[in-house]
Amino acid sequence: MLEVRNLHVSAGGKEILRGIDLKVNAGEIHAIMGPNGSGKSTLAQLLAGRETYQVTDGEVFYEGKDLLRMSPEERAREGIFLAFQYPVEIPGVTNAYFLKAGLNAIRKHRGLDELDAMEFLELLREKLKLVDMDQSFMNRPVNEGFSGGEKKRNEILQMTVLDPKLAILDETDSGLDIDALKIVAEGINKLRRADNATVLVTHYQRVLNYITPDHVHVLMDGRIVLSGGKELALELEGRGYDWVKEEAETVQRTST
Amino acid sequence: MSQVLEERDHYLSSFERFEKNGAARGPSWAHRIRKAAIARFADLGFPTTRHEEWKYTRVAPMAKIPFQPAGYEPDRLAPGKLARAAFLQLPGCRLVFVNGRYRRELSSLRLLPEGMKAGSLVAILDADPEWVEPHLARHASYQDHAFVALNTAFLQDGAFVYVPKGTVVEEPIQLLFVSASPQEATVSHPRNLIVVDRDSQAVIIENYVSVENDVYFTNAVTEIVAGENAVIDHYKVQRESDQAFHVATLQARLDRSSNFSSHSIALGGALVRNDVNAVLDGEGIECILNGLYLVAGEQHVDNHTRIDHVKPHGTSRELYKGVLDGKASGVFNGKIFVHKAAQKTDAKQTNKNLLLSEEALIDTKPQLEIYADDVKCTHGSTIGQIDQDAMFYLRSRGMGSEAARSLLTYAFAGEILSRMKVEAIRSQLDHLLVTRLQKGSQAEETS
Ligand SMILES: Nc1ncnc2c1ncn2[C@@H]1O[C@H](COP(=O)(O)OP(=O)(O)OP(=O)(O)O)[C@@H](O)[C@H]1O
Ligand SMILES: [Mg+2]
Repeated sequence: MLEVRNLHVSAGGKEILRGIDLKVNAGEIHAIMGPNGSGKSTLAQLLAGRETYQVTDGEVFYEGKDLLRMSPEERAREGIFLAFQYPVEIPGVTNAYFLKAGLNAIRKHRGLDELDAMEFLELLREKLKLVDMDQSFMNRPVNEGFSGGEKKRNEILQMTVLDPKLAILDETDSGLDIDALKIVAEGINKLRRADNATVLVTHYQRVLNYITPDHVHVLMDGRIVLSGGKELALELEGRGYDWVKEEAETVQRTST
Repeated sequence: MSQVLEERDHYLSSFERFEKNGAARGPSWAHRIRKAAIARFADLGFPTTRHEEWKYTRVAPMAKIPFQPAGYEPDRLAPGKLARAAFLQLPGCRLVFVNGRYRRELSSLRLLPEGMKAGSLVAILDADPEWVEPHLARHASYQDHAFVALNTAFLQDGAFVYVPKGTVVEEPIQLLFVSASPQEATVSHPRNLIVVDRDSQAVIIENYVSVENDVYFTNAVTEIVAGENAVIDHYKVQRESDQAFHVATLQARLDRSSNFSSHSIALGGALVRNDVNAVLDGEGIECILNGLYLVAGEQHVDNHTRIDHVKPHGTSRELYKGVLDGKASGVFNGKIFVHKAAQKTDAKQTNKNLLLSEEALIDTKPQLEIYADDVKCTHGSTIGQIDQDAMFYLRSRGMGSEAARSLLTYAFAGEILSRMKVEAIRSQLDHLLVTRLQKGSQAEETS
């Protein structure tokens, strides 16, 4: 579904991603972990089409297509969804309008009828229940005045409404209390199917108590330095990142 | 210099013809005012950019055009075109003026409340001038403003609305000014007087539109008088032709405990200058000035506002927002004067601008002059671009970039509409705004 090859990305003259290789197949859940500033959000935003980054080398293929040539909206319409680490506040645009406009743009692209206000409301009601959000959120401006947890839940709501093929969740689990975390994890699990995939960017092993990843990757200084199964996450939780660094350096030394 | 004199002479000789052809009708006191005003205009001439109040607005290109007084010949107004121009869905009475002249057959006057008057100024000057004498040209000063002087000199027709005391007029009163100048460039000087007596309430809409993309000049003056405890909700919507010039002054005189809100929406014109002035001449007055200007191409729009807090316990809230695209330019100049006696004044003034292109330009100057010592006043202005984080957020949910851009622009401008009390007006302006923004983004996508 997604294949990243030797991806190098810079921003503001600084190289942030320094050769990423990642392959995600349909039906899989990948967790990407790593310390602060290692480049996790850069990777997530780049995959969603953020234009402030420059790709200096490498390729990305999504369902066989050259992803880097697609605009953010094309990617969304083709099934990519990014849950933002810091969801944006948009004064003057209601949450409902925002979501309906996105959904209908995607449906149109897929050759489906656009939903009218009534149909949209019906769909929404069901999805709101899933993330335990009150209907009143829909008439409020997008994310404005939302608490941190409400913003994250709002991202999950958007994900369940837009029903993506590839969901990239950037720290959607951080800053949540345990109840909210369970809701978010449940939202992700409910969406899980054989024909879609999830990339879970996270700091903490905690969320992996509720979601079982197929692969865990450690991103450090713009490189994936270690990959493994779900047990790798536990190890990271127990031992921190320093040992990974040392190990990675040894691996690098021996390989050169 | 000689060019400047020529421009002035053009209007002076036009005034002579105006006096002779019987158009300058009405009682002798009215004519004395006209003569004093033309004399003042002869002294003032058209302002240049050396004039502090006209620093960023060049009227020279407009002054050069030898506008002829708009004729009274039967117009080419097809009812369909008028329907498109007017707020037909609004209830209430509608006074229609074509090139500044009242057109009874196009107007619709519903049954008015007892004692209320709504009609043509020229008719009232002919028949019952004592109704307008206490107010006409007493509030909008022509001493320092060449265009007010010119309007006053050519004072003839416009709307006269009088709401007697203790009367609540629920349905909006719409004044529709349609301009058309198919043959030659013409000028009209609409003159409106709106008097709302004590304990009364009214909603007034001034709506300026064109039927074709003609070159013409609208030079309007509206005087509003709010009696004690009166409530006035005033809307001005300006959608002149892209080649038209529009200069207008709204002068409001507010009495004790009255409540005045003005919403000024400027969407059209090659050059637009709007002056909105309110004098809070009594205690406990609340004054709200909202403004939205949306310009593109090579349009220029200039908003000058002035609020005079003369007496204590007055509140004023002013919010003007501008959206400028293409090579358009804009001016916001807002003054708040808190006079010495106006203790406990609470004034807030904000101007926010959204620049949609690199070449668009805005000059903003909020000003406070405070002579009282116990007041609460704040002012500020901002100039910004479309928020790129918000753009990316919208696009990452599937929305096209032009749709996202117009949605964010709409959200910015919509704040002004959300402050409008009359739902029927708000929703139609909302529709206008959406159409306008869609048109803008389509033009870009096809270019
Ligand atoms: N637009 C930019 N210009 C310059 N530097 C940037 C830009 N965006 C990110 N960076 C830098 O790149 C590095 C990686 O940032 P990124 O946000 O991808 O890290 P992260 O792994 O998501 O961190 P966190 O765990 O704190 O979310 C940081 O040092 C950051 O300051
Ligand atoms: Mg991050």
